[in-house]
Amino acid sequence: MPEQKTIEIEVLRYNPETDGEPHRQVFQVPFTDDMSVLQGVQYIKDYLDGSLSFRWSCRMAICGSCGMMINGIPNLSCQTFLRDYYPGRVRVEALAHFPIERDLVINMEGFIEKLESIRPYIIPKEARPLAQGEYLQTPAQLNAYEQFSSCINCMLCYAACPQFGLNPDFVGPAALALLHRYNIDSRDDGKAERMELVNSEEGVFNCTAVGYCSEVCPKHVDPANAVNQNKTNSAMDYFLRFIAPKGGAK
Amino acid sequence: METFKADVVIVGGGGAGLRAAIAVAETDPALKIALVSKVYPMRSHTVAAEGGAAGVKLPTDSLEYHFNDTVGGGDWLCEQDVVEYFVGQCTEELTQIEHWGCPWSRKEDGHVNVRAFGGMKIERTWFAADKTGFHMLHTLFQTSIKYPSIKRFDEHFCVDLVVEDGRVQGAVTIEIASGEFTLIEARSVIIATGGAGRVFRENTNGGVVTGDGMALAYRHGVPLRDMEFVQYHPTCMPGTGLLFTEACRGEGGFLVNKDGYRYLQDYGLGPAEPNPRNKFMELGPRDRLSQAFWYEQQKGRTIEGAYGSVVHLDLRHLGEAKLRERLPQIYELAEQYLGVEPARAPIPVRPAVHYTMGGILVDGLCASPLPGLYAAGECSSVGIHGANRLGSNSLSELLVFGKVAGVEAARFAKAQAPGNPASLLKQAQAVEQRVLAVKQKTGGSERIATLRKEMAQTMEDGCGIYRLAETMQQTCDKLDELKARFRNVNVEDKSGVWNTEWLLAIELEYQLDVAQSMAHSALQRRESRGAHQRLDGFEQRDDVNFLKHSQAHYVAGGPPRIDYGPVRITKSQPATRAYGAAGEKAEQERKASHA
Repeated sequence: MPEQKTIEIEVLRYNPETDGEPHRQVFQVPFTDDMSVLQGVQYIKDYLDGSLSFRWSCRMAICGSCGMMINGIPNLSCQTFLRDYYPGRVRVEALAHFPIERDLVINMEGFIEKLESIRPYIIPKEARPLAQGEYLQTPAQLNAYEQFSSCINCMLCYAACPQFGLNPDFVGPAALALLHRYNIDSRDDGKAERMELVNSEEGVFNCTAVGYCSEVCPKHVDPANAVNQNKTNSAMDYFLRFIAPKGGAK
Repeated sequence: METFKADVVIVGGGGAGLRAAIAVAETDPALKIALVSKVYPMRSHTVAAEGGAAGVKLPTDSLEYHFNDTVGGGDWLCEQDVVEYFVGQCTEELTQIEHWGCPWSRKEDGHVNVRAFGGMKIERTWFAADKTGFHMLHTLFQTSIKYPSIKRFDEHFCVDLVVEDGRVQGAVTIEIASGEFTLIEARSVIIATGGAGRVFRENTNGGVVTGDGMALAYRHGVPLRDMEFVQYHPTCMPGTGLLFTEACRGEGGFLVNKDGYRYLQDYGLGPAEPNPRNKFMELGPRDRLSQAFWYEQQKGRTIEGAYGSVVHLDLRHLGEAKLRERLPQIYELAEQYLGVEPARAPIPVRPAVHYTMGGILVDGLCASPLPGLYAAGECSSVGIHGANRLGSNSLSELLVFGKVAGVEAARFAKAQAPGNPASLLKQAQAVEQRVLAVKQKTGGSERIATLRKEMAQTMEDGCGIYRLAETMQQTCDKLDELKARFRNVNVEDKSGVWNTEWLLAIELEYQLDVAQSMAHSALQRRESRGAHQRLDGFEQRDDVNFLKHSQAHYVAGGPPRIDYGPVRITKSQPATRAYGAAGEKAEQERKASHA
């Protein structure tokens, strides 16, 4: 076993059944250099305080469950390491800008509703029989949308987005990146249906191009890029609506 | 208690559950579907599958080859009629999910590309870089949003099934955010809760993989079949067990010991060529590779690491550009978690538990012996994996049999009269009282984490890559002890909202039941086959006595009762299972004898 040290983890606690408001609690946690913040928090639950609640599953930055504010920055706790804070204290809190359900667990219903609202599925020109095999899609066509399909729905970008903090109805970076992913997929013909949301009051023009969403994204999705491309699309759509019945969409 | 009236309830929102939900919705849009998942569906462990999904694609390939690879790979403990159906459906299902948007990696001409995988004669593994499960799961989840008849119960934890008049009629769930119970009435139930790998210490699985659905069916009298067959994946991260996909070897990676020697050539997998041929060397099946690691360790030819012995997965010769394109997630995992850059240094790896071959006994139509109860995916034993699953068959399985389960559960539901709401509610209320008692009880002294760790350790000690009667018996005894101690478990948290300690206790009880079924099935299989290997006088496969499926039956308050069921052999008679040059020779001889 690697050398063991002890680090302080300060956790923002909140139980709506007993607490008027969130409060801080500090735990002394033994750790080794290969331990993630998630493993530190798991240690607390296993051995120090079984009532601490948080979401986690895969441990390898793909399920998107374990996002937290770690020393004020949105991060996946499974790929953030305790060693990088030692000998200082690690401060963990629920993701910013979301209502806290309990301890480190946020309410993500609003995000799910947004994800559902963007029609996140292929809307084909016409249904293709399975017997005809796959749609042809070149590596270049795949490459055009692939990064935007890599979103793990961890919502770090929402915790980073100052505009979402001000207006919780803003569709927001991850959902807009996913919308863009479908719009630019060569198999899809649903752009016109989706542009309504892009153009709406909750759409892309909420974004003030801070770009922090892309900075915190653990999967290099670059939602800021998707949002900004859609500002252009939206403007085009607006002008083209005067001359074409379906707006700027194909 | 709230009641929700559904026609079909699906427990589990991973790949199999989502595919089943879509199948029910497409079979009859009038059927109301309740999709229950203890996490938001895209968190389900399907998300972590990396390498790909099998389906015949190349003109040089055939359904017969896929069948033979699967049945031989399973050491002939497969239901051959089911395998035949499976291989015939894989490509269509993979095409279907392509139509739904899955970003499969492509060839220059725009067709879907395929890669090599262990134990497969021809390249037939469809892949989306090295995040295949992630892309399949998100595609299924996002596509499921199209269907208004699918009512999701996200972050609802299933605590029991409701059985009346000899058939299953619903499920009882806890809404995690409130701690409130719901009775979901239904005329059929599909279990799609995934595997149970977390009962072992070092494993590749996410925290959610606790065998819930297996335990639920088992406690209602449905046998768990072939539970002794637990897959060790040969290339995992020391300590955490995180997975380095078999695609690392499919793309040409080497496994070497402390001398830089490709040791697999010493275990019937050679010859060692610069580009391993399919079913040779690094492209052998997982059971054989994990067993070879164990022998290397015995011979002192492994490398000592902080978390046990390791060998090296060497990808350097593939070059950074190819690694970043084909294995981007692996590259980042190695960098972030191990500080190893795969283009510059070999990755230390060791075997870890990865997959539960066995599961809820179902027939080829995913129907369990309990009328109305269906199962699909890793939680089920539909019969395609036998004693050892081939990599990339499980992602195809969840599509093929998720669909079958959905179609069949819909058909069954339509033929049933609704149940008696008053007596179903009465049952559900009894369940609520029993489950509430787990957290309301005071004075317990056992920590959940302590029991869980002892369980995981004893499973590794007794039911690891190689097994002995004595240690398996110790594991059985230890599990008895842990079940007794569980009665004295302490749940500190008494609250309703997000009480995860309470849920962990319930999960641990599920795990202990599933672990028992594994350990006892293993102890009683006195032969070696596939992933079940013994070193105590039963080193050989014994087709006379053990070419049969084990079935573990739940016994309240005691160890399971084990009996056996027949294996359906249709086209492929059991033969010597050989890979490498020996495998090639055996195949030529088989062909010659048929000619």
